[in-house]
Amino acid sequence: MTDIIRLDGLSKQFGFVTGVDHVSLSVRKGEFLTVLGPSGCGKTTLLRMIGGFDEPTAGRIWLDGDDVTDLPPNHRAINMLFQDYALFPHMTVGKNVGYGLRVTGVPKREVETRVREVLDLVGLADKIGAAPHQLSGGQRQRVALARAIVRRPKVLLLDEPLSALDANLREAMQVELRHLHQKVGLTFIMVTHDQTEALTMSDRVIVMRRGRIVQDGAPQSLYDMPSSPYIADFIGTTNLFASRIENGRIACHGQLLSIDPSLILPGADTFGFRPEKARLHRGVASGASGANHLRGKVADVMYRGSIARIIVDLGTGQVFVDLQISDAATGLPQKGDPVTVEIAPHKIMSFVAEDSA
Amino acid sequence: MMLPLRLRKVLVLSPPLIWVVLFMFVPYTILFVFSFWEQQYPTFAPAFQMGNYLTLISDPQYVRTLARTMKIAALVSLFSLLLAYPYAYFLVHKVRSPGARLTLYMAVVAPLWVSYLLRAYTWKTILGTEGALNSFLIWTGILTEPSPIFLYNQTSMVVTLTYVFIPFMVMPIYAALEKIPRNLLEASADLGMGRTATFVKVTLPLSMTGVVAGFTMTFCLAFGDFIAAYLVGGPDGMMISNVIATQFGASLNWPLGSALALVMLVIVLAIISASDRFERLGRGKFA
Repeated sequence: MTDIIRLDGLSKQFGFVTGVDHVSLSVRKGEFLTVLGPSGCGKTTLLRMIGGFDEPTAGRIWLDGDDVTDLPPNHRAINMLFQDYALFPHMTVGKNVGYGLRVTGVPKREVETRVREVLDLVGLADKIGAAPHQLSGGQRQRVALARAIVRRPKVLLLDEPLSALDANLREAMQVELRHLHQKVGLTFIMVTHDQTEALTMSDRVIVMRRGRIVQDGAPQSLYDMPSSPYIADFIGTTNLFASRIENGRIACHGQLLSIDPSLILPGADTFGFRPEKARLHRGVASGASGANHLRGKVADVMYRGSIARIIVDLGTGQVFVDLQISDAATGLPQKGDPVTVEIAPHKIMSFVAEDSA
Repeated sequence: MMLPLRLRKVLVLSPPLIWVVLFMFVPYTILFVFSFWEQQYPTFAPAFQMGNYLTLISDPQYVRTLARTMKIAALVSLFSLLLAYPYAYFLVHKVRSPGARLTLYMAVVAPLWVSYLLRAYTWKTILGTEGALNSFLIWTGILTEPSPIFLYNQTSMVVTLTYVFIPFMVMPIYAALEKIPRNLLEASADLGMGRTATFVKVTLPLSMTGVVAGFTMTFCLAFGDFIAAYLVGGPDGMMISNVIATQFGASLNWPLGSALALVMLVIVLAIISASDRFERLGRGKFA
């Protein structure tokens, strides 16, 4: 048995509102799983049910082969890294980290060793006697992390762990959390609304929407093969457009494009391409037939350092195209410049539009 | 027209300053000076002698009254705490609806808007021989005739003062409990602690500031009270403030009354500064 967590038709109803809707899921031992979704999609409720803080209205939760659905949090071998850390303000760092060990009857001396060990692991051994309010945000987070893993739980839950940190620290902590995951070999289940975090850190990502899982896969497959226009636009950016297929060609805002026939899903009615998969040419390219060209004018330029996102006005609609700054040797295009967007037929994605309700 | 900044500052600050000097500083100074004067019945003369303070120490009735007052005040604080803490805890943790919580909170606090005299007097009518308690006990058959034992003793003092001052215990404890982030309790459960252990290790220490503030307020208020003693106290329920009032009234011994008042003031200030120090100690821990 390698599934450490198994959720079986888990639901949570808040009055008339459904928070989580029949979610079934297996998490392998040692996996770094991320639950991704916009706020209100039920991801935090799902995590809180696994932790035992919210009771499911239906379904079962299995932890390492045992049904733990009705157990309170203190009887589950699961620990949680709380969003705002939840450090005890009246205890030192050492007491915070050792808090969960004394209850399990670990001898005093061993508590001390293990607290030191785990503080060493997160690089805060010298802060053992400090009070939480004397630490920086990043240090507090690491104390919370140490406190959560010192009991050697079977699963570590992380509730938006990086949302309270500033941008630079967040990136450093992404790397650190990932290293820690590899070092301690625990199963991590993280909840986030930040797609970059999800893609960077996890082995597997689950996308939730309105209480349901809408896609489940490795980060790369999620990005390259989004299963719906919703995910295509939620993870990264996608130029989406509705079109019918005529003679193997589709219309993007009125201009015809060829699409690789093997990519067309049965019943496909929505298409799209990623801004970084298209190329931008100056001027109006001489339209050799068969070349996948969209002609338009630069509507705006969003400079982002390593890339520039060019908004191209096609007359009846707009598309985004990313320009690598290193490619733009002759400088960025200006507003109003005529340009041609080239998109290879095999880089166009097709979708069957879901109900938009 | 804008007045110069300096003038504006003076205008804003003068009323409170004048008020403090006129109604606090001056009376205390007068009290302090009087406490060294000499009584020469039926009046008193300026002097500088320790006679009044020596009387306080040597005459056992003053020491006894002071001790009794402290005992009653301590019991009032203790019973207020024992009633207020569970109530505040219940409000913060068990009452889900904000409306119900507010109603139950106001039920305790609202009597503060009713005259103190009326609230204290209520207990005279409850505990008295013609009162509700006696009527009830006779109705149930436990007593055959009204008993006077409920009124005019230290117990009736403690009961009345607890009732009168309990809002001052509920308010700070409620505030302290409400301020404790819920996720600390969840973190404690997450780390393996049951409800009782979480209460002892997290909730109680983090609400101590409220307990100390409540204890200080109820103790000091009860300590200085003298109206309840007139209404429900009787000879055994006499408080130190009653003795002071007598010195300034019937006994016409202002110097002794001043000395007593100053001793009381010092005791209250000592308690307040001790509680303030405790609060400072705890405050640094909240970031």
